[in-house]
Amino acid sequence: MSVQRRKSKIGFFIILPSLILIGIFVYYFIFWTIRTSFSDWNSFSKLLRGIYNFVGFRNYQRIFLDQRFQTDLWNTLFFTLFFIAGSIGLGLFLANIIDKGLKGSRFFQSLFLFPMAIAFVVTGTVWSWIFAPGNIPKDPQGINLLFKNIGLEKLQWLWYTSSESIGHFNLALIPVIIAAIWQMSGYIMAMYLAGLKAIPNEILEAARVDGANERYIFWKIKMPLLKPITLSTMIVLGHVSLKIFDLIYAMTGSGPNNVTDVPAIYMFELTFRSNRYALGSAISVIMLLMVAVIIIPYLYSSLRKGVSS
Amino acid sequence: MKKLTLGLITILLVISSVFAASNDLEIFSWWTGGGEEEGLLALFAKFNQYYPNINIINAAVAGGAGTNAKAVLKTRMLGGNPPDSFQVHAGMELTDTYVIPGLMEPLTNYLREWGVYDKFPKDVMEIVSYQGEVYSIPVNVHRGNVVFYNKKIFRELGLTKEPTTWAEFFAAMKKAQEAGYIPLALGDKNKWTLTHLFENIMLSVFGPEGYKGLFNGKTSFDSPELEMSLVLLERLIPYFNRDHSALTWQDAGRLVFEGKALFNVMGDWEEGYFKTLGWKPGVDFGWFAVPGTDNAFMFISDTFGLPKGAPHRDNALKWLKFIATKEAQDIFNPIKGSIPARIDADKSRYDVYLTWSMNDFATVAVVPSIIHGSAAPEGFVTTLNDALNRFIVKKNISNTLRDIMWAAEDQGYLTE
Repeated sequence: MSVQRRKSKIGFFIILPSLILIGIFVYYFIFWTIRTSFSDWNSFSKLLRGIYNFVGFRNYQRIFLDQRFQTDLWNTLFFTLFFIAGSIGLGLFLANIIDKGLKGSRFFQSLFLFPMAIAFVVTGTVWSWIFAPGNIPKDPQGINLLFKNIGLEKLQWLWYTSSESIGHFNLALIPVIIAAIWQMSGYIMAMYLAGLKAIPNEILEAARVDGANERYIFWKIKMPLLKPITLSTMIVLGHVSLKIFDLIYAMTGSGPNNVTDVPAIYMFELTFRSNRYALGSAISVIMLLMVAVIIIPYLYSSLRKGVSS
Repeated sequence: MKKLTLGLITILLVISSVFAASNDLEIFSWWTGGGEEEGLLALFAKFNQYYPNINIINAAVAGGAGTNAKAVLKTRMLGGNPPDSFQVHAGMELTDTYVIPGLMEPLTNYLREWGVYDKFPKDVMEIVSYQGEVYSIPVNVHRGNVVFYNKKIFRELGLTKEPTTWAEFFAAMKKAQEAGYIPLALGDKNKWTLTHLFENIMLSVFGPEGYKGLFNGKTSFDSPELEMSLVLLERLIPYFNRDHSALTWQDAGRLVFEGKALFNVMGDWEEGYFKTLGWKPGVDFGWFAVPGTDNAFMFISDTFGLPKGAPHRDNALKWLKFIATKEAQDIFNPIKGSIPARIDADKSRYDVYLTWSMNDFATVAVVPSIIHGSAAPEGFVTTLNDALNRFIVKKNISNTLRDIMWAAEDQGYLTE
């Protein structure tokens, strides 16, 4: 008992420095950002004087009435939906093909995982060249040039410079979503692959003996067993998409009429370009809340599971 | 024993750093690339010839147009840890952010003492001043209201005279469009280039005095000229390359360079860009002031100031005195690709474009640029960027006018 206590004491001292650092650089700064978001620090000189004027929810009011921020929220919603659906769909599809153990599947496994190793900034830059429209139809670039060369001129499009929209969905987001799916689907594939490998062969064999076809096995046996993985991939993708900045910043900026703008970019411009620290903090807090809506139920359920097991 | 050695080393380090620190000079800037870093280092080298004992610390922070550097600098100023002298754009970027909060020392008396106060144009001294006191020393000047054009296309279209009015400009663009060229290249992926174009249109419509008046209360934002400027911008839209929002200013310049586009409105850093691409000024490309603005010089200037509490104030003053000299300005600017802020510089050191710019600088009205931080605070600039970014898609004049008016009201420009 005393040995164990001493051990846990040592353990505590080992993690103490990181606890302190996390306390300061995460939780204290979250607190400070919230505090700033309730102030009138919307210029450098006000921040500098450091006189704290509490203005209540005025910054939040202003930001929710802001046209650009409303666009940002719609963009985030559609980006999140299509990005999660696309990444999971493609990842699952790839995982199933690799899992069949065909020739060369190992090679493709690493190939698909590769984008994961590239920074979003690089992905964004490269895909901005691919989807740069050029001066269509005469002088196209990137993928439009490809379409011209293979005789599919009709497919030429303005891509992320398009300002069309269907309802609140800005079509310029499509190239951005494609780039994001390209980046993340390999990782989702790896997660599912691990899940598929963990399914005991006996279960599948037994089902086959009972006369189940492959489709039945996939939907009724494999998918239910993969449910925890689906849940955790959704968490990972969800928080990536809610706070996405670098991919879009490098690829399109905020686009014409803010068609590809997201809260993180607006927050960056407000805070570091126009010195509106309080408004920028308000956006940060809203983003934190959006991520919390996803993360907290997940943490809660996984902690409860941890206790019960 | 070990402890003792460690202690001794610490004491030695502390003492040596105290002594070393006594003769440092920390210069903060965002000049890290292209010709700008070489220009800065050449300045440092010359400065060290005069003051060999001063150890210059080059605290440059990389990042285009100083976006990163400005954030770092603000943090340092907030923390009470200013550099000895720092680069800042003349005008509101200096006064609104640093002078009004009381972070800078006035330099007027020093300028008089060094005998250089009257060596800078009056308009320039006005832009770097606040309530009658000068707060920074301009080292270079860029001109923002320039149209660059491809001479080969120009000749091919049968054009002989550079347009000086909008009517002539539109006629030339029409010709270019009919011949299958992009009439006016634009690359507004990063938004500011569109505002750059618009402030030149404003200058043309308001005239130099009216334009300057917008920011010192003599002209109202609520005047028909603002709407006329938007109408003119709207008329230009059909002449842009359609993919303008996918391009940066360099990409737009490249369209001119590659013979795809005729005109591009930019500042004179584009001349430097063309030169690095291998073009000769006056041979491969020509230039003229944006129509209706040849009586004005859209002014963008890098300056250095003296923050209060500079750790090595004496050295900082030596530095400021040095960069105000003709000698220093003539060392720095030909390398950086800009013109000196002083009017008495040695013209033989500058190429044909820069000479043109220098001649105009000495004679025409100098007006502050909005987008490059001289005329208006950073908050106004971002709002204007956003409003124009929407305008180019929605083409809604009344909404855009309202947005600009609100921004002006926020900054206290709209008093009535």
